[in-house]
Amino acid sequence: MNEKDIKFLENIFKKYYFEHFDLFQSQERTNQREFGYQKFNSGMSRHISLKDSKELRLMLIQNVPSDVYCSNAYYSFPSLPMNEKEWLEADLIFDIDAKDLDLPCREKHVVGICSQCNEISQNKQKCSKCSSTKIDKKSLPCQICIDSSKKEVSKLVEILVSDFAISRENIQIFFSGNEGFHVYVFNSQFQNLGSRERSELVDYIMFKGALPEKFGMKKFKPDRNSFPDFSEGGWRGRFSKFAYGSKSNRSKTISGFLSSGYSNFQNTLDEASNQIGVKIDPNVTMDIHRIFRLPGSINSKSGLVKNQCENLDKFQPYTDSCFHSDELVEIIANCPVEFKLKNKKFGPYNNQKISIPTFAAVYLVCKNLATVA
Amino acid sequence: MLSLGQDEIAKYPFLADAGQYLRDKGFSLEQFGSDPDLKQLIIKAYERIEVAANGQIYKSDLSEDQVLKQSALPREVFSFLLAIVLLKLSNAHTLIKRFALAEARRAEKYLERDLGNISDESKKQLAVKVINDLFSIQVEKIEDNFVIPISDYIKHSINFHEREWKLINRHVENGLVFLSSHETVRLIRKELGSYINLKINNSKTPSMIPGFEEYVEKLVSLSKKFSSVIVTTGEYPPCIKHAIEVLEKGENLPHSGRFMLATYLLSKGQTVEQIVPLFKNAPDYNERVTTYQLNHLAGTSGSSTKYSCPSCEKLRTQSLCFATSECENIISPLQFGKRRIS
Ligand code: SF4
Ligand SMILES: [Zn+2]
Ligand SMILES: [Zn+2]
Repeated sequence: MNEKDIKFLENIFKKYYFEHFDLFQSQERTNQREFGYQKFNSGMSRHISLKDSKELRLMLIQNVPSDVYCSNAYYSFPSLPMNEKEWLEADLIFDIDAKDLDLPCREKHVVGICSQCNEISQNKQKCSKCSSTKIDKKSLPCQICIDSSKKEVSKLVEILVSDFAISRENIQIFFSGNEGFHVYVFNSQFQNLGSRERSELVDYIMFKGALPEKFGMKKFKPDRNSFPDFSEGGWRGRFSKFAYGSKSNRSKTISGFLSSGYSNFQNTLDEASNQIGVKIDPNVTMDIHRIFRLPGSINSKSGLVKNQCENLDKFQPYTDSCFHSDELVEIIANCPVEFKLKNKKFGPYNNQKISIPTFAAVYLVCKNLATVA
Repeated sequence: MLSLGQDEIAKYPFLADAGQYLRDKGFSLEQFGSDPDLKQLIIKAYERIEVAANGQIYKSDLSEDQVLKQSALPREVFSFLLAIVLLKLSNAHTLIKRFALAEARRAEKYLERDLGNISDESKKQLAVKVINDLFSIQVEKIEDNFVIPISDYIKHSINFHEREWKLINRHVENGLVFLSSHETVRLIRKELGSYINLKINNSKTPSMIPGFEEYVEKLVSLSKKFSSVIVTTGEYPPCIKHAIEVLEKGENLPHSGRFMLATYLLSKGQTVEQIVPLFKNAPDYNERVTTYQLNHLAGTSGSSTKYSCPSCEKLRTQSLCFATSECENIISPLQFGKRRIS
């Protein structure tokens, strides 16, 4: 990113830090967390400990970071090197990202930027100008992306509440600031679990590793009565709803299972895993030393804010997470696909000088699809 | 500690304080060596170890017959306590491990029976308490099931490889996992074994007692049958060789040992992909987790802190050092084998 663009973004981020500091959530037990930040075009500073939100504010204003992070873990000594921090416990975190959902719409709104010659096109394999295969992909997520991610979030929350007995007050949902959602779980029985144990929770939530026997299909002398009932709780219940469709279909479906046999039933379970398992990023949930984007901070991949969704159904990130002004700015934009922000359509732009509202300009500059004129 | 009745001590002899038990019964170890009647119990103790060494579970004399039981109970406890004395005197680690495992299996049977006991509430309470006190798992009975919190369940179930132990294959409801009495007890098998093993290792080794020598010698030769000779080549330092051997045998290497091994090999330029297979035999192997942990140590994941191999001094305090003369004058395993300039 060039100097001029960095200056432009820094000014806007700084303004946001001044005017919207109330949106920042410095997290409970701030002094036991590890903080970190990044500045534009430079590396990560981490192992930072902050006493309270005053210190956080100071850090933001002094450094004008492009991104701010905070650990889900609590440490005795958060500012020491990793092996001396003394890990105490960690909140349970889930990451749901539209890019992991295999959505067909993605093709339409991902643009490629050639790392060699900066050519921008919708060709994601090979640069049409210099044939380089080093292509940096930028996605401008659409409504389908958001709606599908929300659906996964709802599935996740349902499991957390009914299977894991986590109360809704202890679950917080955030828009990630780019293509998905982060779900935080506080004060649960899982706080002190290590990564191996968290990996088991991941498989549970993703419905991975299910055995035919446990879902009704015995290897020897299969028996209709061991298949789950439509009204059962947990995964047996969810699986039966997926497999039977309706209560009245139970008997017919089971006959089908019995006649097609054990290994076909395993395939059905695998299929169910794809369909009804929750598509979370396993590595994020397992990681107990990671620092995550801080709620309330701006995601420099988009200029949008990672903010909390009080009402997931109604939440519209491209309006509700967009906090920059409407003031017009001049940029040179090169963006072959159109996008929507604050209910206005923008693009496509073909290397042209345009005058657009600041919030849209920030979005394009953050995605490297425009520079300040 | 739990307060135990005679009956319970016989079932779970590892819960008793050995010295205290002998004193309460008015015996000394010397008497077992000299009194011909009591000496029978040393033979019993030896047999108890032998059975365990062969991978079987010692069949006790415990029966439901009250009269027989009165005399059988103390014998049962004595043979266990004497077995430990013999094992300590012969210093045969492989036998100790096998013995601990077999005794765990034996106790498991009683625990399961007690847990499932519907007519005697106090027996059930004891089993629940043993599980809670030793392994901090809160077991509760709901109708015909035993339920434990998901987090307690996972901490133990991750030691199993079989898919049926995965959380997804369990009845989970309301933050709890539903198990049968058999499964509940099975869940702690490994820990029960390690608990007994630790208890034996931590007990003091007495000096040789007249009358015990014969059986101690027999144990020493028995133990030779079970220890295998391992040849390791290459110029790894002894601590690293040892750690690799432990893993190759499929035994459990403590966290500190894994840390040492991984950081050592990473410093020697091996990649995470090269190191992961080393851990394949570990009882708790999970490829995704091992890769994550190694990446974490290598500093290639989120934290970007690269961990370095601990010093010899640190490893000594962790009982991971197995220094030989070749280790002279080095302060880190990484220096091992580098020729010194004289
Ligand atoms: S002295 Fe150092 S290198 Fe040698 S065995 Fe001990 S820890 Fe390993
Ligand atoms: Zn190019
Ligand atoms: Zn889309």
